[in-house]
Order: sequence, then structure tokens, then C-alpha cells
Amino acid sequence: MSATAQRRSAPAALAGLSAGWLAFCLLVWLYGASPSGMASLLFHGTWGTSYGIGQVLFKATPLLFTGVAVDLALRAGLFNIGAEGQLAVGSLAAAVVGSRLPQGTPAIVAAPIALAAAMAAGAAWAGVPAILKGRFGAHEVISTIMMNRIADAAVGFGLAAGLAETGVRTRDVVPGARVPRLDVLVPSFRGSAVSFALVAAIATAFLVVESYRRTRFGRELGLIGQNARAMQAEKVPVRRRIEQALVVSGAIAGAASLGTVLGYKGYFEEGLGAGAGFGGLAVALLGRGTAVGLVLAALLFGTLQQGGLALNAHVPKELMDVLSGVVICAVALGDAAQRRPAR
Amino acid sequence: MSALSVVFSATMAAQTLRMTIPYASAALGGVLSERSGVVNIALEGVLLSSALASVAVHHGTGSAVAGVLAGIAGGALVSAVHATLVVRGRIDAIVSGIAINLAAAGGTRFLLRALYGSSSNSPSVAGFRLLEGSHVLVRTIFDPFLILTALAVAGAAWMLRHTRFGLRLRACGEDPSAAQAVGVHVVGMRTAAVALGGAVCGLGGTALAYDLHQFQAGMSGGRGFIALAAVIVSGWRPLVAAAACLTFAGLDALQIVLQNQTTAPSELLAVLPFVATLVALVLVANRGDAAARPPEGLGKHPS
Repeated sequence: MSATAQRRSAPAALAGLSAGWLAFCLLVWLYGASPSGMASLLFHGTWGTSYGIGQVLFKATPLLFTGVAVDLALRAGLFNIGAEGQLAVGSLAAAVVGSRLPQGTPAIVAAPIALAAAMAAGAAWAGVPAILKGRFGAHEVISTIMMNRIADAAVGFGLAAGLAETGVRTRDVVPGARVPRLDVLVPSFRGSAVSFALVAAIATAFLVVESYRRTRFGRELGLIGQNARAMQAEKVPVRRRIEQALVVSGAIAGAASLGTVLGYKGYFEEGLGAGAGFGGLAVALLGRGTAVGLVLAALLFGTLQQGGLALNAHVPKELMDVLSGVVICAVALGDAAQRRPAR
Repeated sequence: MSALSVVFSATMAAQTLRMTIPYASAALGGVLSERSGVVNIALEGVLLSSALASVAVHHGTGSAVAGVLAGIAGGALVSAVHATLVVRGRIDAIVSGIAINLAAAGGTRFLLRALYGSSSNSPSVAGFRLLEGSHVLVRTIFDPFLILTALAVAGAAWMLRHTRFGLRLRACGEDPSAAQAVGVHVVGMRTAAVALGGAVCGLGGTALAYDLHQFQAGMSGGRGFIALAAVIVSGWRPLVAAAACLTFAGLDALQIVLQNQTTAPSELLAVLPFVATLVALVLVANRGDAAARPPEGLGKHPS
């Protein structure tokens, strides 16, 4: 049924892009704008200028983290729809811990501590669905969605109950915990918010995907995704692995706060990074199983997000959510058509 | 008035009944879909799109009844897309559901701006104004949406158990290959079941919008997912699912009362239905009730 461990094929990706393009033209035309005009605006707002490129990379950074997180769970056949909530509590944790460190903490200490706090919070948030799934067999799709809602409320409560010391947001994290902008290396990115978090995201993607083949844990996850009962018979602790997969997935989703809190704002406010968790689902479904695929998918959806902002004055940016849905379906259809034996 | 007397008032009962409608109709949509073997997490998107469809047509034509029909048709249409992708295209039902929810959340906002130039809500519509001036409980009990939902729940329970269509629907959900072998058109049956479920769910989306007399962006607020949890908790049975929804709606109504009547932080009370859903999932996970198992062929395709 589900080909969670399979690699994505080129024709399917092409089908997705063409369907997305068609939907773009159709919807823009129906809205009463010119498809070619909007397309050129979209291009200039994204890949047309070095600032635009920087913004696309900035948008792609958290998407790549959450995409890798979802992909890891998907490896074991699990849908982690909770990346959104895991990122929210992770971002809050990064900001709270990062702002409470002594002012002069060197970067080599401060950044890892803030990151560790974010990952721990994300892992803890994923821990609830993990235990519910491993111990009680509760479906992770529903429990992770419920945890997203609970995260919204918990973050709001935390901020209202005193974590937001400057009104609606947390204090600034100490300078050492901030991830430097990429424009120190590439001056033409000046003004855009892309940071070294992008490098960390790409490294994470390659590291995690490599671990699918090279570590016992990774190989077992893939085999559980293909046939959990056979793995049970092989004495692999399937339930424990499933719990671990969700917790690790939550930790990676929490690490996406490198791109939102530590690499961008330097503090947390409600709604910061919102949507990156759901975007990660799209990234994982598209780039499934390969690091290059995940990076390209994150770039595609980063382009759509940034492009949506570039068009928003003329066409509602929510157009891009519809396009994402269309692309996901078209790619999945292309895959399914290939899987099916020719009759 | 003390919090306790509010909780046990007729207003509270009416409130609970009213809030049950979207939950119960979405859950019934889920039961119909999943009993035919199609996993349906797209309910959230169906609620949302049918809510907008009903308000748009009501606003455009001035007829509340036309709006209801549009909501039902909209729900059926979106569900038919889900069914086509899953049953004919054979893509993973969760993937299709995620995509539809994403497209519905974005698409309704897109249309809101296209139609009304607003990113948050539609102009207000009248909805049904029946029995004005009568007691709130009377008005709720004779609410057309409540009556229609109750009829749909009872009708679906009877249909599944006693009709040929229901038997075939269940056969597709239990063992699609066997159903196909004895001549049931599995693809057609499943598409019909999911679309029918979408129509019922669309009724709930319409009720949601008419209740507030307008469409608001994101107004489904996770109800589709809670309804899906109710489906699982109920053991895929229409009447039990409706009862589970009544419980969730009661908790929802309770948290609103508590928000107004107590000083407890509103964020903590607002999560009550979601926490209750998690607890309910855990409670039902280990029961040995043979009647409450998932359909055997859920998510399987005929070979």
C-alpha cells in the first residue's frame, strides 16, 4: 500500500511540477490576473535577484529541518503531522533558554545549549504521541494533530504566564546563541535573512539520510516501514523503535528553530515559524528518502512561500497552499502509476 | 450566576446539542468512508470548504436553502476528489488527506479574498431564523440541522445494517478482493460511500457557518480531526460515534462556560477537547470489544 521507503522517480516529480504550473496559471487567470505577468513577478521575487535567492534559502531552512523530521518518521511508516507543534515548543524553549544564559557566553557554548533545549522540547512534545502509539497503539496521525493544538495553547499560556517578558515576545537571546547571517560569507545576500542554519539543515539532511543505510537503527526503521510484522518475528523491538523514531523526529523538528529563532529573529513570539511544520510534510512527501530530493523539495516550497509574498499584492498568497496540495497529489499519482504493474 | 448553575442550565444543554452537529456529521462522514475501506483525514478540509460553499451561495442567491444544498454538494465534491485520488489513483489516503486539507485551508482563504476582498471572514448571512422568541432549548431541538443530522445518523446506521447498499459497502471495507470477486464494483462503491459521507460532512460545515452567520478563515478549528477520533473511539459505528461526538461537544461547551465564568487561564481550558481526545484514544486502545474493531480491509485495495 504505502511505499514509504521507496525513492522518488523523476517522471513523478515532473508530473508534480507540470500540474503545479497548470494550477498556477489556471488560478491566477480565474482570479483575473495575468499568468505570465504573475510568473515573471514570481521569478523576480525569488530567483531573479540575490536578495530573492537569499529569502528563498531562508524560507527553505526550517522546511528542510521539518522535512527531514517527517521523512525519518515516514521511514518507519509513521506520519508525524505534529512537526508544527514540536517546532513551536522547540522555538519557545530555544528563546527562553537562549535568553537566560549569561550575556558573555561564547558562541561555542551558547548556541549548542539553545539548540539542545529546542531539540529536547521538540522530542518531549513528540514523546506523548510516541508513547501513545508504542504502548497503546493510538494512531499517531490523530494524536500528533491533537498535540499541535495543545502546543498552540501551551505556547500561548507560557508567553502569557511570564515567559514573554517584553510584552508579546520573549527577551532577545544572548549574542553567542545567535546563528550568524550568511551575508558575512556571501555579501550579495545582504538584507535577506538566510543564516548559517541553512548549512546545518543541509548537513542534517545528508547525515540523517546516510544513517538510513549506515546505522542499525536506520536500517531497522526502513524495514519496519516495509513490514513491521516480519521485523517483530525477527525479534526487533518494533514498538520501541517506533517510539524512538517519533522522538528523534520531534527533536529534528525542534532543531528547525535554528532557522526561525536563533538564525532570524533572536527571540520568540507567537506564530513565529508557523506553517513550517505542515510545509515539512510536503517536503518529505516530495523528497522522500534522499538527501538531494529533500533539499530540492525544500527549495521548491521555499520558492513557493517567498513567491507567494512577492505576489500577495496582486494575488492572495494562499494560492501557494493550493499549489502545494496539487503538487503533492500529482507526485503521489505519478508514483502510484509507476508502482502499478502494466496490464 | 455561579459557574455550576450555568453548567446545568438549559442554555448549556442547547449549546451542547448545537455544537454536536458539526462533530457528529463529520464523524458520520468518516464512518461511511472508513466502513467502505477508505481512510479519511480529509474531513477537516471538507468541513471548511462546505462552510464557504454554503455561505457563498446563500449570500449570492439570498436563499438559505440553496446555501445548504451548496454546502452538501461542496462536501460531496471535495470528498469525491479524495475518493478518486485514493480509490482510482491508488495514492496513500493519508497523503491525499493532507493535500486536501492544505488545499482547502489555502483555497478557502484564496476564495475569501477573491469573492469578498477579505482575508478573515465573509459578509454575514441570515441563515435560518425559525421560532424566534421561543425558548432556546425549543429552538435548538427544532433546528433543521440538528434534525437532519439525527436523521442522517439513524438512517446511516439502518442503511449499513439492513440494505443491500450497506452490505456491499461493508463488504468493500472488510475484504475488497472478495467483494470484487463476487461482482461488487469496489471502486464505484467506495467512491459513492466517500462522496455520501462528504455530503453528510458538508451538512455539518454548513451548520457551522450558519451558526456564526458567516464564514471565517480556519473556522473548522480541528473539528474534523476530533470527529475522526470519535470514529475510532466508537469502533466505526454511527450511533456510538454520534454519542462520542455529544461528549466532545459537551466538553467544548463546558470549556467555553468555564472561560467566561472562572479566572482559569483560557488557553488551558481551550485544550480540554483535544486532551479528552487523546485520553479517549488511550482508553479504547486496549478494550477487547470484538464489535469495535476497524474494518479489516481499511486502506487495502482489491488485488
